[in-house]
Amino acid sequence: MPTKNSSSISSTGGGVKLACHNLWKVYGPSPEQFFPGRQGGVPEAGPCARDIRAADHIPAVANVSFDVRQGEIFVVMGLSGSGKSTLIRCLSRLIDPTAGGVYLDGDNLLDLDERRLIEVRRHKIGMVFQNFGLLPHLTVLENVAFPLKVQGVTEARRHKRAMEVIELVGLGGRENAFPAELSGGQQQRVGIARSLAVEPELWLLDEPFSALDPLIRRQMQDEFVRLQKLLNKTIVFITHDFLEALKIADRIAIMRDGEIVQIGAPAEIVLKPADQYVAEFTEDVPLTRVIKAADLMESPCADLVPCDGTHPDTTLEDLLPRFAHHETAVAVTDGLGAVVGQVTARSVIRALAENATQRHR
Amino acid sequence: MAAVEIAGYKGRTFIAADAVRWGAVFGFAALCFIAGDKHPWLAAYPDSWVVPVADWVNHGMDWFVERFRDGFKMLSALLGMPMHLLQRLLQWLPWPAVLGVFAIVSHRAGGWRLAAFTTGALLYTLLVGYWSEAMNTLALVGVSVPLSVALGFGLGLMGFRWPRFERPLQGMLDLMQTVPAFAYLIPILLLFGFGPVVGLVASIIYAAPPMVKNTMLGLRSVPEELVESGLMSGCSKRQLFWNVEFPAALRQIMVGVNQTTMAALSMVIIAAIIGGFNDIGWEVLMTMRKAQFGQSLLSGLVIVLLAMILDRISWGLAFQDSGPSSRSRRRRYGYPAAALAAVLLSLGIVALIPEIRTAPETWITSPADLLNDWVNFVLREYAAVIEGIKNAVLFYGMMPFRIGLSQSITPFTWGIEMSAEVVAVYLALVGAAAVWCYRRFGWRGIVPVAIFGAVLFYGTTGIPWPAFMAVIALLAFEAGGLSVMALALASMAFILITGLWNEAMLSVYLSGLAVLICCVVGGALGIWAAHSDRVSSILRPINDALQTMPQFALLIPVLMFFQVGELTALIAILIYAIVPAIRYTEHGLRTVPSHVVEAARQVGCTRRQMLWEVKLPLAMPVIMLGLNQTIMYALAMLVIAALVGTRDLGQAIYIALGKADAGMGFVAGLSVALVAIVADRIIQAWSRKRRAALGLAAS
Ligand SMILES: Nc1ncnc2c1ncn2[C@@H]1O[C@H](COP(=O)(O)OP(=O)(O)OP(=O)(O)O)[C@@H](O)[C@H]1O
Ligand SMILES: [Mg+2]
Repeated sequence: MPTKNSSSISSTGGGVKLACHNLWKVYGPSPEQFFPGRQGGVPEAGPCARDIRAADHIPAVANVSFDVRQGEIFVVMGLSGSGKSTLIRCLSRLIDPTAGGVYLDGDNLLDLDERRLIEVRRHKIGMVFQNFGLLPHLTVLENVAFPLKVQGVTEARRHKRAMEVIELVGLGGRENAFPAELSGGQQQRVGIARSLAVEPELWLLDEPFSALDPLIRRQMQDEFVRLQKLLNKTIVFITHDFLEALKIADRIAIMRDGEIVQIGAPAEIVLKPADQYVAEFTEDVPLTRVIKAADLMESPCADLVPCDGTHPDTTLEDLLPRFAHHETAVAVTDGLGAVVGQVTARSVIRALAENATQRHR
Repeated sequence: MAAVEIAGYKGRTFIAADAVRWGAVFGFAALCFIAGDKHPWLAAYPDSWVVPVADWVNHGMDWFVERFRDGFKMLSALLGMPMHLLQRLLQWLPWPAVLGVFAIVSHRAGGWRLAAFTTGALLYTLLVGYWSEAMNTLALVGVSVPLSVALGFGLGLMGFRWPRFERPLQGMLDLMQTVPAFAYLIPILLLFGFGPVVGLVASIIYAAPPMVKNTMLGLRSVPEELVESGLMSGCSKRQLFWNVEFPAALRQIMVGVNQTTMAALSMVIIAAIIGGFNDIGWEVLMTMRKAQFGQSLLSGLVIVLLAMILDRISWGLAFQDSGPSSRSRRRRYGYPAAALAAVLLSLGIVALIPEIRTAPETWITSPADLLNDWVNFVLREYAAVIEGIKNAVLFYGMMPFRIGLSQSITPFTWGIEMSAEVVAVYLALVGAAAVWCYRRFGWRGIVPVAIFGAVLFYGTTGIPWPAFMAVIALLAFEAGGLSVMALALASMAFILITGLWNEAMLSVYLSGLAVLICCVVGGALGIWAAHSDRVSSILRPINDALQTMPQFALLIPVLMFFQVGELTALIAILIYAIVPAIRYTEHGLRTVPSHVVEAARQVGCTRRQMLWEVKLPLAMPVIMLGLNQTIMYALAMLVIAALVGTRDLGQAIYIALGKADAGMGFVAGLSVALVAIVADRIIQAWSRKRRAALGLAAS
């Protein structure tokens, strides 16, 4: 089982875009009392959070550390009140953390003065809100162009750019409507377009689809995946819907009472939960959506038919129908079509059975 | 099991504690009554003990005026300038131009219906011959409203930005809204001298509080996410305010503008009492004083119409301005262009036919004399009936409350002697009521019966002041704890030592009686309206009209039939103060959670039971807020009613105003404010407690 520390620092892929070290946000009459030297020597999370609660303060974010790589989708999950919103607001400094550090491209955001913070927000960070946060007195076009307007971009240029993103999110033709005239899904598209208008490098989304109907929500998730393929942003995404997380996440962090209890790839979280809380959290997740071909791959045997191979990232959900057609083994091929292994029906069934009994123990 | 027992045990000790408190207070009160004969200082606070606060204030005021008079003279000139300019302009413009502009603005705010209403109202003003007076009033309002709005907005913004500033601001607002308008006319009068500027300054100050409140409310209720999305869009503080917070709060702020306009208008009219300069308020006042009721009714109607126009226009603008439709070109350019065209056109017409500039004398048909004749006819024909009503209300209703049954039952009034038998019958009745209340509400039911019984027997003015203070203090304590009690005691002490106890009791009597009637009648109407949409839709416009009407104008019709006196004051207060009683009762009953009503129906409540056992108890916190408003309205009107002859604090202020006695005005004005604030705090505290107990959300 991976420990918290080893997986909190990413091991593969591009450079670190956003890092967050021992971040604390404590609510109460005098939160500073717990942190004599602001960034130095922050105490161990567990006992300290308990002390803070005992002193009638709320540690909404408690000793949170993680890195997000360039182009990665980092999903934060947790029950209501676990501190997700507070955390993401600390990342953009909408809320000033009580202690710790937030590093964007290596620079500590907490050291920035008012003016430079505004600069960072104008050019580097885009944010999407659960309840959209659209300005009711502006049209769709004006809403999307708003971040450019406050930067002083001329009207012609900002409207041109706004139209581009409006087209991108599929709202072309509605640009002169007011937010109140749009459906929830359309409003959130506006919110997304607005956050993209300035071409941010870091994209923060706080439960962007939670206020939508299930059907629209699924549609928006697909839309989101499509956009990210196109844009390749660095993303911190908050949700309390595990299936949503599975669909989009590169890595998932699970929060409880302000602390992060586990960070890992989706399959890792489901198959190797760090504790009972995480296990319960992922209990209802169908294993077929988590386990991928790569997890079950064996070395290929000789009589394997390589043509109709599958990608290592294919989930069992998509793989299972193949076995219905009398195939005993499916080839796993890499991007170039070279066979790297095989998955047999027997190994699939074994994996499902093993994990199922494990989970219900 | 154990928990239940503990709860029961706790309950018992609690009951015992406050029962003992009430017992002690009643005992103390009884002692005061008994000892009152031997120690007259108990019955009436001796004059020799009065602390001359009023004189001190006068000295201070003299010193202040002496020192700063020149500064204020200058300020007065500065403020007077735009007003005179506007006044000149409105008088110079031919009436069709003014009418045209108003009609066009009305169309912008409320479509053809409002435009038609405005045109009709202004034509009425023209035809009954009050055009120039109305223009003078408009000039005053036209200058005072923008200044008041600016002042209120600035203060509200400060309250929003600096939370530390908010508490003192809130306290100031409470005072400004409860100190009667007449009272702060006096220092303004002393500083600015006689003249229209007094009215201007007074209305700027008087009308600012609603603007402050609505600005703060609006800015504070901008959704957090909107602010955050503004910040994440990269707004600076200033950009955030003007692009996000202000537009989002605009609607609430416009509600403030509407309320400020109405307050300014009503103050401008009140201020006519001192600053009379041929405006419409002065006209009403003059004709009222000369008992020319026909004229005062006609000019009073002009005020009412002006109020309605301004109200509808500012309301319409408030609720249209944001949203898709406000963007069209026609709105942006069409309306100003049309207004300009109207002005130019009428100037052109006037150049051709100069007689039109002022409406020709021959057009003016004042039906005032006709009205006077009719009123006189009614008064003559039905003299006996009116006299009968007056005496009945006076003898059986008002006098017992003021001086008590013990003194008001005489052969001359009731036709019987105040004998031992009568006392016995009265005691028996009170006793029966006490038993009934005890059966129904437990021992707490006896408390109001006892208080009411004593007040009715001895009269509001016949209660020894220590007894009164003790009862109110305990009431305050039970409702809101020590802090409210301390406030109540301090307030009553202030009134007592400044020598205004008797006047204050007369105020309590008159407003208390009015509030009582309002509660019964208004409550009944509210219950009816809550159960019948028809009744509700009939009452609503009446309530709206009564609310927009400047208090002043309400006096006129009552005065016409009942002449000067306490009864007229009572009726005027009733008409004005009943509105919140109706509204809040209806609102409270209609917003009882529907699942509770369904559950009650399910277990088989009859309609009666539903009302008394379910809806009323649940609606009570809201109804109490209505009671609170009713008290505030009653006190506000009480002071205005001094014009028609009362003998209470309002009259003291009115007299002080006449003598420019700032000290007396201050003391009496503050006393009224203290009565209002104490009543407010007690009721609010009680309502909050009930809400918490019922688990209803605070609002
Ligand atoms: N301004 C505040 N003052 C005091 N406590 C706060 C404040 N804001 C948040 N909290 C507390 O911090 C904790 C975390 O809140 P947060 O809004 O971050 O939760 P969340 O995970 O986003 O929940 P949800 O899923 O409901 O949005 C909660 O216990 C909340 O009560
Ligand atoms: Mg949240």
